Amino acid sequence: MPNGLNLLFQFLDSFAFIVLAAAGLAIIFGIMGVINLAHGEFIMVGAYATTLANLEAGLPLPLAMLVGVLVTAMFGLVVERVVISGTVPNAIGRRVLGRDVVEPLYDRLADSMVATWGLSLVMVQGVRLTLGNSLDQIGTPLGKIAYGGFSYSSYRVLLAGVALGLLAATYLAFTRTDYGMRARATVQDDDTARALGVDTERTYMTTFALGSALAGFTGALYAPTITMVPGLGGSFLVEAFVAVVVGGPGVVLGTTLAGGLLGAINALFSNLVGTFFGRIALLVTAIVMLRFLPDGITGFLDRLRQRRQEGA
Amino acid sequence: MLELDGVTAAYDSTPILRDVDLAVAEGEIVGVMGKNGVGKSTLLKTVIGLLEPTAGTITYAGTDVTTATADERARAGMGYIPQGRDVFPTLTVEQNVRMGETVNADSDELLYDVLYDYFPVLEERASQQAGGMSGGEQQMLAIARALVSNPDLLLLDEPSEGIQPSIVAQISEDMQAINEDLGTTILFVEQNLGVIREMADRCYAMERGEIVAELGPAALTDEDAIAEFLAV
Repeated sequence: MPNGLNLLFQFLDSFAFIVLAAAGLAIIFGIMGVINLAHGEFIMVGAYATTLANLEAGLPLPLAMLVGVLVTAMFGLVVERVVISGTVPNAIGRRVLGRDVVEPLYDRLADSMVATWGLSLVMVQGVRLTLGNSLDQIGTPLGKIAYGGFSYSSYRVLLAGVALGLLAATYLAFTRTDYGMRARATVQDDDTARALGVDTERTYMTTFALGSALAGFTGALYAPTITMVPGLGGSFLVEAFVAVVVGGPGVVLGTTLAGGLLGAINALFSNLVGTFFGRIALLVTAIVMLRFLPDGITGFLDRLRQRRQEGA
Repeated sequence: MLELDGVTAAYDSTPILRDVDLAVAEGEIVGVMGKNGVGKSTLLKTVIGLLEPTAGTITYAGTDVTTATADERARAGMGYIPQGRDVFPTLTVEQNVRMGETVNADSDELLYDVLYDYFPVLEERASQQAGGMSGGEQQMLAIARALVSNPDLLLLDEPSEGIQPSIVAQISEDMQAINEDLGTTILFVEQNLGVIREMADRCYAMERGEIVAELGPAALTDEDAIAEFLAV
């Protein structure tokens, strides 16, 4: 019985971590065709802002987390204008040279990876230079659940609930709001969306800010549980990246299925052989999936659906 | 209402439109006919702003819109129905129509009732995914989507393409009725002789990216004169 509970908690923990790490990355990838390799560093910004707001400015933890989310969203907005859309460099270019200097990174997977990887290096070193090698950490709130000879952090169980809530909220945002409808229309056919009066550039900008806010949210949530070092985003990025590869372009369904599958694999292997093998099992799963379902679970489902529609 | 003056446009420096002059007056239905590949679709893409002209000017409702983006032109009152309809396949039928609400930002009335009267199937299947509908139904959906916020000018790209003849005739009639009831000015491109004769008040003929003739109402009754521009 304790072993079953161990496995369950481990699954919930992994599921929450994968979903929360991946959500922002998945939205930006699914809607804009941009892979943000600085996603882990966006999470770091959220975690740092939360920690500083709580410990230095003395804000209560929930308010400090809100600060973490807002700071990361604002930061994402600046990154979108400067690096991803190139609007700022192009405005300067037109003034100085009389022409645009860069093309937007939308739907340019490889180029967006190189640019954002560069950004991640700058961010890690920038934080190291200004704030040093580590920060004090917020204590984990909410105490522990004890059972048999074991105990488990209540806060981490709460995170699993938050992850499910986040998936539900994202689903509603994309299916029930005007923003979501326009974002999906823009992905499916951006020319037609524009010809119907949708400012697609603004849709992209909002999407990137939203993805960044989710990264900030993840950082804020995990700030009390992890060591505050400038490179803390690395572990989030690996899980997030694997989840997006396995889940494919469908944002909500892909993230949910990938979180469930990878969470189960990770929990099982961690429980049976050790944490290290849990991570190895994740990477092996990603490689196997890439070989057999190169566009992820949702890409595969899309193809099935298309074939059925054509057959009908 | 719409005026093109010396418009030239190109894809990757291959010219597709050469020095096109064209005018559409308020309330007219104007056709542009020509065979496949003469630049008809490119002409409409240039008018809506998905392609930027390399020379010439486009004036809409008295304003020079040559450098305006497509979404700005749409909000200024141009509705656009692309070739092949391009409905958003995974949005519902109703969501597809709602996407048209951003067209014609000045309009404060939405025409759901009027359009559902014309195309009842759209109301019946409102919550289904648009990708599962037939070609003719998708065409109706694209028409409703472009018209829901009552634009002043409708750009219509090959309404008959890939659609059963009976529904083609229906759609031609509907477009004429919409032109009369709502006062929508229509510029359409087409290679189906019947549709051109049925719908157009007057017509331009295109060959290799150029306007080569203009046919008034009298010439449109002369089947041979039209066939000359559509012969393979």
